Amino acid sequence: MLDIKNIYKTFNAGTVNEKTALNGVSLHLNEGDFVTVIGGNGAGKSTLLNAVAGTWLVDEGSITIGGVDVTHLPEHKRAKYIGRVFQDPMMGTAATMQIEENLALAFRRGKPRTLRTGINKAEREQYREMLKILDLGLEDRMTSKVGLLSGGQRQALTLLMASLVKPKLLLLDEHTAALDPKTAAKVLDATEKIVTRDNLTTLMITHNMRDAIMHGNRLIMMYEGRVALDISGEAKKNLTVEDLLARFGQATGSTEADDKMLLA
Amino acid sequence: MTNLANFIGALPGAISQGLIWGIMAIGVYITYRILDIADLTVDGSFCTGGVAFVVLFSGGMNLWLALALAFLVGTLTGFATGLLHTLCGIPAILAGILTQLGLWSVNLAIMSMKANVSINVIDKASLNRLLVSLRFVQDVAKGERPVWQHPIFVVGLFTIVIIAVLYWFFGTELGCSLRATGSNPNMARAQGINTDFNKVLGLMISNGLVAVSGALLAQYQSYGDINMGRGAIVIGLAAVIIGEVVFSRIFHNFGLKLLAVSFGSIIYYVVIQAVLSFTEINSNYLKLISAGIVALFLSVPYWKDKYFSKPVKRGGTQNA
Repeated sequence: MLDIKNIYKTFNAGTVNEKTALNGVSLHLNEGDFVTVIGGNGAGKSTLLNAVAGTWLVDEGSITIGGVDVTHLPEHKRAKYIGRVFQDPMMGTAATMQIEENLALAFRRGKPRTLRTGINKAEREQYREMLKILDLGLEDRMTSKVGLLSGGQRQALTLLMASLVKPKLLLLDEHTAALDPKTAAKVLDATEKIVTRDNLTTLMITHNMRDAIMHGNRLIMMYEGRVALDISGEAKKNLTVEDLLARFGQATGSTEADDKMLLA
Repeated sequence: MTNLANFIGALPGAISQGLIWGIMAIGVYITYRILDIADLTVDGSFCTGGVAFVVLFSGGMNLWLALALAFLVGTLTGFATGLLHTLCGIPAILAGILTQLGLWSVNLAIMSMKANVSINVIDKASLNRLLVSLRFVQDVAKGERPVWQHPIFVVGLFTIVIIAVLYWFFGTELGCSLRATGSNPNMARAQGINTDFNKVLGLMISNGLVAVSGALLAQYQSYGDINMGRGAIVIGLAAVIIGEVVFSRIFHNFGLKLLAVSFGSIIYYVVIQAVLSFTEINSNYLKLISAGIVALFLSVPYWKDKYFSKPVKRGGTQNA
C-alpha cells in the first residue's frame, strides 16, 4: 500500500545548521499493516511522516501510495490518499468553524470543492451517528465551534475526520503526546477501534514503547534518519521493552535508546 | 443650534458615504477576518475601481457594464497580490504594498496621466444615467426626485444583494474551504484543500468588491482622483472593528456579521460628520483621528487579554 524507496532529506543544506533528517529510508507497508514508529528525538520519525504527507518534497527517492507515485505531488493533492492526525491538537481542526463544518470539510477530502452547498441535512445525521461512536457527547454540540473543545476532544474529532473518507494510509504523528494519560488512553482506544474496523494501513509515531509494542502488527525503530529495527509478526507479539532496548543496542551500537526512551 | 442643524442636514450624505465605503469594508472583512491576511492592496484597488469606472462611463459605456468591468479590474489587482504572495512567497502585507505602489502608476495611466477625471453632472441627461450621486441626496431633499432614488436606498439595496451572494458563497463547498484556509491552513491542506488557490481567490473577490465600492464613490462624488483610496484600509478596518464591537453580542449569523461591517462603516462616517459639525477642527486632521481610533480599537482586545482576563479553569478531563 505504501512504498518508500531510498528517500533522503537534508534541511538547511550548505549552512552550519545542515541536518540530514532522512538518510536513505526504505519502507514497504502491506495493505492493513499497522506500523508503530519509535525513536529518539531527531531520529527522523516526524520527518518520515511529513515526507509521506508531502509537507515538502524529498531530495531523493520515491514514494508510492496504493500504486500512485506521489513523490512530486503537493500536500493537498496527496491528501486524497492520506488521513492525518497531528501531535498538536490545534493543528488538525479549524477552531473558528463548527464541529459539523469540520466534518463536512473532511468528508470532501480528495474531491473538487464546488459551488454546491457545503453541508447538507443527510450528512448531518450521518455525522451525528459517527460522533456517538466517540462517546464524548459531541453529537449534541454539532454547531459548537471546535475552538471550544478540549485537546482530547479535538484529537478524537481529528481522528474521526481522518477516517471519514477511508484513506489508503493513516498517519498518526504522536497524536496522544499532548494529552493527559487518561485522555491519551481514550484516544488511543478510539484509534485502535477505527483502524481495526476499517482495516486501515497505518503509520503511528509514539514516544511510548509500551504503546508501540501493544498496538499494531509491526514495529520500526528509527535512528539517525534510517530504519534501525523492523520487527513484525510473532516476534513483535512477544516483544518486551527490555528486548527492544537490547536489540536496538545491537543494531546501532548505541545506548541512546536506554537514555532517551526508557523514561518515555 | 446651527451646529446641530448642520449635522442633521449632513446626515443623509454621511450615511450614504458610509454605505458606499461599507462595501469596501466587507471586502476588507473577507481578507482580514476570513482569510487572516492584512491586504493593503485596497488603497490602490479602490482608486482603480473608481477611475476605471469614470473613464469607461464618461466614454459612453453602459453604467452596469462599467461597474462590472470595475469589479473585474479589482479582481485583477487581487490576483496580482495573490500571485506575489503565493507563487513568489512574499509576505502578504508586503505583497499588498507592492501592488498598491504599482497601481499608483496604473491608475494614472487609466486617467491618461491626469490626476483626476470627472463625470459631467451639469448635463441633466448625463446625470440621470447615474445610479447614485451626491446631487440625488439634494434633489430628494428638495422633492425633485422620488425617494427611492436616494443613495441610501440604492446603495443599501446593493449592499444587501452583495451580502446575500457572499452568504450563499461562503456556505458552499468552495466557500467553506476558503474559511478553513483562513482558520487553519495546515488542516485545510491535510483535507486536500489548495490553500494557495483559495488565498488568491479570496484576494480577488475582496478587491473586486473594493473596486466596486470605489466605482460607486466616484459616481457619488462625480469624479475620481489619484488620492481617493488613500487610507482606505484604515477605514475598512475601522468599519470591521466598530461593527464587531457594537454588534458582536447580537449578530452571530455570518450574513448579519457582514451587515455589522456595513453598519460599522455608517457609524464611522456619522461620527466623522459629528466631529466636523460640532468642532472647529481642520478636516485635514481627520486621517490622524482615524488612525488613532483604529489603533485604539485594535489594541483593546490585546490589553483586555493581557491585563484584564480572569483566570479560567481550562480543560476538564471528565469530558475529554
